[in-house]
Amino acid sequence: MYAIELHNVSVEYQDRMGLENASIQIPEGTFSGVIGMNGAGKSTLFKVIMGLVRPTSGSVLVDQKTPLQAQKEGVVAYVPQNELVDWDFPVSVYDVVMMGRFGLQNIFRTPRAEDHAQVMNALEKVGMKEYRDRQIGELSGGQKKRVFVARALAHGADILLLDEPFAGVDAKSEHALTELLLTLKQAGKTIILSTHELTSLSEYCDHVALIKKTVVAYGPTTEVFTRDNVTQTFDGAMHRIKFSA
Amino acid sequence: MNIVDLITIPLQYPFMVKAIVVSSVVGAVCALLSCFLILKGWSLLGDAISHAVLPGVVLAYIIGIPFSVGGFIFALLAVLLIGSIKTHTKIKEDAVMGIVFTTLFALGLILISRTVSSIDLMHVLFGYVLGISDVAAWYTIGVSAVVAAIILTFRRTLLLFCFDPTHMQSVGVSAKFIHYFLLVLLAVTITASLQTVGIILVIAMLITPGSTAFLLTKRFPVMLVIASVVSVVSSVVGAYASYYLDVSTGGAIVFFQGCVFLGAFAFSVIRSHRKKNTSVVSV
Ligand SMILES: Nc1ncnc2c1ncn2[C@@H]1O[C@H](COP(=O)(O)OP(=O)(O)OP(=O)(O)O)[C@@H](O)[C@H]1O
Ligand SMILES: [Mg+2]
Repeated sequence: MYAIELHNVSVEYQDRMGLENASIQIPEGTFSGVIGMNGAGKSTLFKVIMGLVRPTSGSVLVDQKTPLQAQKEGVVAYVPQNELVDWDFPVSVYDVVMMGRFGLQNIFRTPRAEDHAQVMNALEKVGMKEYRDRQIGELSGGQKKRVFVARALAHGADILLLDEPFAGVDAKSEHALTELLLTLKQAGKTIILSTHELTSLSEYCDHVALIKKTVVAYGPTTEVFTRDNVTQTFDGAMHRIKFSA
Repeated sequence: MNIVDLITIPLQYPFMVKAIVVSSVVGAVCALLSCFLILKGWSLLGDAISHAVLPGVVLAYIIGIPFSVGGFIFALLAVLLIGSIKTHTKIKEDAVMGIVFTTLFALGLILISRTVSSIDLMHVLFGYVLGISDVAAWYTIGVSAVVAAIILTFRRTLLLFCFDPTHMQSVGVSAKFIHYFLLVLLAVTITASLQTVGIILVIAMLITPGSTAFLLTKRFPVMLVIASVVSVVSSVVGAYASYYLDVSTGGAIVFFQGCVFLGAFAFSVIRSHRKKNTSVVSV
């Protein structure tokens, strides 16, 4: 079964294309890396899956449902590339992670014991438990990123989308996060992650999507993460990367 | 005269009791709403809406329907106009708001100048809570209580909307719906507050308490409490001041709120200064 299915999806921003005729079928329980140059359409792909950007043509299925339905059922969680939030806001790290539980709560959004447990669990996993009472702006860039990863984890969704979660994150935290994502994959979750870190990609991704306005190639890392494909996607040779083939 | 007399003497007059109660209730609901408005960056929008209700109030007077109904209709009209002009042009939002509210406000002025028996313009602009009728007082109290209850009940949803509407959308809750929900709450609150502080000053009630509280805490629930307390105390002080000093109630309330804000500002500057000093020493 496929966690995500896109058929001939095109996205048109005011004057330029975000995606053109992109098709991809991401199997359940896989860990997919999404790579491509700046402006290739990686974030657009994620936003289409999350229903935040509507495709001008084509169809999107998330867990066999429309994106909106999938969100309502809490099937998918998302860590955006840039958090467009006001960092002076009077909310704590804990409050932000609790927002990950929002869709699962009753209409009054009163946190229950289960919600508190999941929030602490998520904070623990990203190593931000000691910071839980900090105001959200009193963190470093990488720590902020980890809080928003924790928010997506607290959601407990089966499909996890992470748009460049390693940007600005130190090596130790990056390692800890990939280990964590791998255990989630083991538990049957589908992980989709975009990154510019091509060197370490094959260590944790079992699938790779190469994006250049469209999906140039998608498949198991061993078959798709080749010098030819990467060269085509990135308009040039990549000398220092170890390729599968 | 001792302090007890100072407090109790004005309470012998029903109009003073009414003024104190109505101002406090209006102060509380405006304070709750102000916490969301200033965080969302909607202060100017509140100002725009409050000015834009003037023609509605005058027309309501002419037709003979409650002021708040006319005001509410024009508040929604202003919101819709601002929204549609903004989406169809590249003019910045603050300019659009400026155009819409001044135009509607000007229309109100024209209507007032043509109304023969002439509503007291000063009362509409600056409020006249001392002269509020029983019906209007109960109406204001009722509406304020309902709005306050709604804000408190859905505070977590409103907070998430202000903080991160994209996330709200991504968990399947319509941010657009909450957007309009908050706008309607704003319009209702403004129209309900008109008689207390008037069109010009209501925006102060919708910005100052929240801003004062924001200076003093990093916790949103605490912010709601501080804002409400500051606002209610200001309303009571304002009502007494208007009795003893024979000054405008709305003016006194808003002026006192501004003084409290300045106090909070001074306090926060001193506090952050102290913190900096100690951290330098401790290094
Ligand atoms: N809101 C927007 N309005 C207009 N154009 C946009 C918008 N967002 C993205 N684009 C354009 O769409 C294309 C794809 O952008 P996208 O953000 O998906 O790229 P990306 O692969 O995520 O890049 P990066 O590696 O820099 O994050 C780019 O050409 C970009 O300029
Ligand atoms: Mg991107």
